[in-house]
Amino acid sequence: MTQPQFTDFYTILPFTILVVWASLLLLADLFIPRGRKGITAFLAAFGLAGTMGYAITQVGLSSIGFNGMVVLDGFSTFANILLLLSGLFGIALAHGYTQRMGIERGEYYTLLLFSVSGMMLMAQAADLIIVFLALELLSIPLYVLAAFNRKTQSEEAGVKYFLLGAFATGFVVYGTALVYGATGHTSLYGIFSAASQGTSGLLLSIGAALILVGFGFKVAAVPFHMWTPDVYQGAPTSVTAFMSSGAKIAGFVALLRVFATAFPSISVDMTGILWIMSALTMVVGNFVAISQTNIKRMLAYSSIAHAGYILMAFVPYGNREVVSVSIAAGLFYLLSYVLTNFGAWAVVMTLEKAESKGLEISDYAGLAKKYPTLAAAMTVFMLSFIGLPPTLGIVGKFYLFRAVIAGGFTGLAIIGVLTSLVSAYYYLRIVVNMYFREGDPTIENEPGLAFTTAITAVATVVFSFVPQWLFLLASTALLR
Amino acid sequence: MNSVPVDYYVLLSAILFTIGAMGVLIRRNPLIIFMSIELMLNAANLVFVAYASVLKSFSGQIFVFFVIAVAAAEVAVGLALIVQIFKAKKNINIDELNSLKG
Repeated sequence: MTQPQFTDFYTILPFTILVVWASLLLLADLFIPRGRKGITAFLAAFGLAGTMGYAITQVGLSSIGFNGMVVLDGFSTFANILLLLSGLFGIALAHGYTQRMGIERGEYYTLLLFSVSGMMLMAQAADLIIVFLALELLSIPLYVLAAFNRKTQSEEAGVKYFLLGAFATGFVVYGTALVYGATGHTSLYGIFSAASQGTSGLLLSIGAALILVGFGFKVAAVPFHMWTPDVYQGAPTSVTAFMSSGAKIAGFVALLRVFATAFPSISVDMTGILWIMSALTMVVGNFVAISQTNIKRMLAYSSIAHAGYILMAFVPYGNREVVSVSIAAGLFYLLSYVLTNFGAWAVVMTLEKAESKGLEISDYAGLAKKYPTLAAAMTVFMLSFIGLPPTLGIVGKFYLFRAVIAGGFTGLAIIGVLTSLVSAYYYLRIVVNMYFREGDPTIENEPGLAFTTAITAVATVVFSFVPQWLFLLASTALLR
Repeated sequence: MNSVPVDYYVLLSAILFTIGAMGVLIRRNPLIIFMSIELMLNAANLVFVAYASVLKSFSGQIFVFFVIAVAAAEVAVGLALIVQIFKAKKNINIDELNSLKG
């Protein structure tokens, strides 16, 4: 045991900067008058952008801090940048929306910053104690954010999210306790070295399975997905957009690091469970989405289905030769999912009216005639969700299926392709509504929404022509 | 010191954890559900301290402190949400929270 050094702080400096900035913002917000909370939003975005600038300078660095509690590596840097990006999109979507819905409060942005910082700590955690702390730091602000709109059923969504989230935390903590009992360590590296010497396999396997259950709730994998449609529908849409991207990245990143670092020795037991979870998530998510008429619920089921695709990247995690490729494929898919997801939610928010009006799929009828660019952007996002060219979605799916087949799980890849075909049905229904039905939709003109829609739509198309560059970036995201 | 074998503690904690998990799934009052969740966390705490004393390692005991502190933070947020619901509906039965259909 050594005393903490200043160099330890360099390891988690982006996280530290963001937490300090969020705490200062909490104070500064007191002096910003109501109705001018745009200043808070700007300051929060400034903090995120500044942190992102620093996080980018950390590309290629690798170190361990605080006696192996936190770690900095290519993987964490990639995740940090992605998380900060979703925080920025989250704020861009939130400002105009909260004003329009009459729920604008400065705390929104502070809570969002704390949640992002929790997600970043999650990406850097190298000890199950930190994983647990980061999980709570990211979740507790999200419970409050989900209940932010007191005028609709938002509180109900908040309570549901809170009870299910706390339930999931119970599983993670109990699983951690059993893993600690089996190996005598909470550090991921300690668990790995103890487990590879073959100590009490059963307790370790049960513990790992319970941790998987807990994170399964967080990333909304079937059979732990029941809360997702309710919470995504009830929460304010700006929160849903952030939650369905940020919380998912954090959950998957933590799952990848914990399993690939600490539990390769029990991959024989885990691979089967992960296979079934991934297949079930893809099938249930896509098939239930077909019958939805509310676009928020439809996108909620679509996010469940995408959790299934990302879970595919985990299945070969015990295979030393494939694991780095499959991690890169998983991260690339996360990136393409986040861009598409924010774009789709931005379009949904552009059409949403007060009191949860304008959220039915039939409300999209006639959009192409009246607002051709918006309809074109939505078409891009839907194509990307399905995995059709010319979008990032197809590239992401291609890398993912290739990695899974290289790991020897051809059956899973076939399920993935078939469920993508099924998903085309409900995604294209929106496109058909926009282009071939008559209707008179009205939209909200907000710079934040238009900006997000434009950026994500362009990025989704342009990067699909030069994906090598992004994939190279994801391939440098190695676990230390 | 001739102490109780660690397996007994693990067994007891497994029972507590199961009671907690069942409580969450069966009971309909958010406050009782919340108590059941606390029971699950405390079952984990029991495993941590039991193994910390057997393995002569401190990290288990430290984890327990973190769990207790974080659970307190969770209580603050959770009870506030439940109170808000109660104010709006004069009722906190989970079955009444059905304006969002799942």
